[in-house]
Amino acid sequence: MAEYKEILFHSDKIKTDDYLINMGPQHPSTHGALRVVAKLEGEIVEAVDPIVGYIHSGIEKMCESLGYHQVIHLTDRMDYLSAHINNEAVCLCVENALQIEVPERVKYIRTIFDELTRIASHQLWWCATGLDLGAMTTFFYGLRDREPILDIFEETCGARMTFNYNVPGGLMFDIHPNFQKRVKDFIKYFRKKLPEYDTLLTGNVIFTERTKGLGVLSKEDAIAWGVTGPSGRASGFECDVRKLHPYSAYPYVKFEEKLATEGDTFWRYKLRIEEMWESMNIIEQLIDNIPEGDHAVKMKGVIKLPEGEFYQRVETSKGDFGVFIVSDGKKNPYRLKFRSPGFSNLFALNQMVKGVKIADLVAIMATLDLVIPDIDR
Amino acid sequence: MNNDGLKQAISQIESEAVFKDGSQFLEITVPAGKLHHLCNLLKSTDETAFNYLVCLTGVDYPDCFEIVYHIDSTVHHHVIVLKARTEGRENPAIDTVGDIWPTAYAHEREVHDLLGVKFNNHPDMRRLFLEDGWGFPLRKDYVDPVRIIER
Repeated sequence: MAEYKEILFHSDKIKTDDYLINMGPQHPSTHGALRVVAKLEGEIVEAVDPIVGYIHSGIEKMCESLGYHQVIHLTDRMDYLSAHINNEAVCLCVENALQIEVPERVKYIRTIFDELTRIASHQLWWCATGLDLGAMTTFFYGLRDREPILDIFEETCGARMTFNYNVPGGLMFDIHPNFQKRVKDFIKYFRKKLPEYDTLLTGNVIFTERTKGLGVLSKEDAIAWGVTGPSGRASGFECDVRKLHPYSAYPYVKFEEKLATEGDTFWRYKLRIEEMWESMNIIEQLIDNIPEGDHAVKMKGVIKLPEGEFYQRVETSKGDFGVFIVSDGKKNPYRLKFRSPGFSNLFALNQMVKGVKIADLVAIMATLDLVIPDIDR
Repeated sequence: MNNDGLKQAISQIESEAVFKDGSQFLEITVPAGKLHHLCNLLKSTDETAFNYLVCLTGVDYPDCFEIVYHIDSTVHHHVIVLKARTEGRENPAIDTVGDIWPTAYAHEREVHDLLGVKFNNHPDMRRLFLEDGWGFPLRKDYVDPVRIIER
């Protein structure tokens, strides 16, 4: 494990033959405004220092003056690729605090949406990873297959990325009559298209040569640095919240937590592809069995949580997402903290980059699946 | 290990620990000075094996700052909530747990940035999101007439 002190770039620690290179905040491979300062020895990276905060928007502060219905609208804007799952985390936390049992129908629909969101998120990640490594075609293939999912979302809840479909107590509206048919059509379509991803990139010699054995993160480091989601599971860290602390309809479905032991860039990539297959399996188990019933329980217009502290974990496409609410019994949270997976994952970057080439830094960052608003909040 | 077992194990290490049962997780409040020692043993003892720090939060209370640690074990899958309070609100400081769970270094920097709590022995107490000289926005007495609208 690299010592934390090594990455300090204070002026008194930099020697004359050290070479610092600045990447970002406006850099295409950081997918947002992230700045990474790398300390080089020739072309080899010795350490990196991620500098965040370029799009810090003070969401946690804003939440303190908003009601619980309104807080949900801000969670969309953090990890915009897992917007639905973030919404759900707040809703589950509020529901648990009030001890409300939502109808079975809601649980099923939420889980189907979760998994569709996960597929859409991984598709966009796959596009961008290919692009970062110089494969332009992946971008078109990925976006082509993501479009039907966004259309399904749009038909049911009117939005393509910032859904606000979850409300405390259930869902804002019932599903569109076409929903089940369109989801089944999509699964049928995507089962044919996903093998193309493997043909294009996974089996590509240029790609595998660049990623295998690169940026290895050991299991111990993954746990110690809190690296979760597919990035952590590639190192063998069993951290799937859907398995460990099941919520919504996950207790009813059978699925496999995909794990690897290598912990390198290739396996972080490979596990996300595997997860898309698993997500489709989960959706198929649920889509024909959505129970009849209400789409929400009746809630008051102003929600007041009892005094106390509530924590809810969910598994977003990036990893272990947490909502921590400290309530003093009023209509606004006293303190609301979001534990975003990207934040912990980013600060583990320094464990993976020692000794890699500067060009490979881009590959490592791509497979961490960083979404910057999720880190800056 | 269930909550009773955990209580027993922790009170053996730290006699001043105060337990609160009945909420979502077992909550333990310890004096700030004993925190580092307790955390170290909680991680290294095989029966508890708390090796994964999930979340680290700073909360501003009228008389102190409270740092809340959600800690998980990847071996036993039990979760506890550890809490420690700073002494007063003037120059708040508490020991870092980054040498036990390195992920805490970044989380502590965030708490330092937004609440102004200093972490002793932390190697890198720079600000994280905001510029030097900015106030501490998550403090309840933070006033920013330009950007915050009173409701």
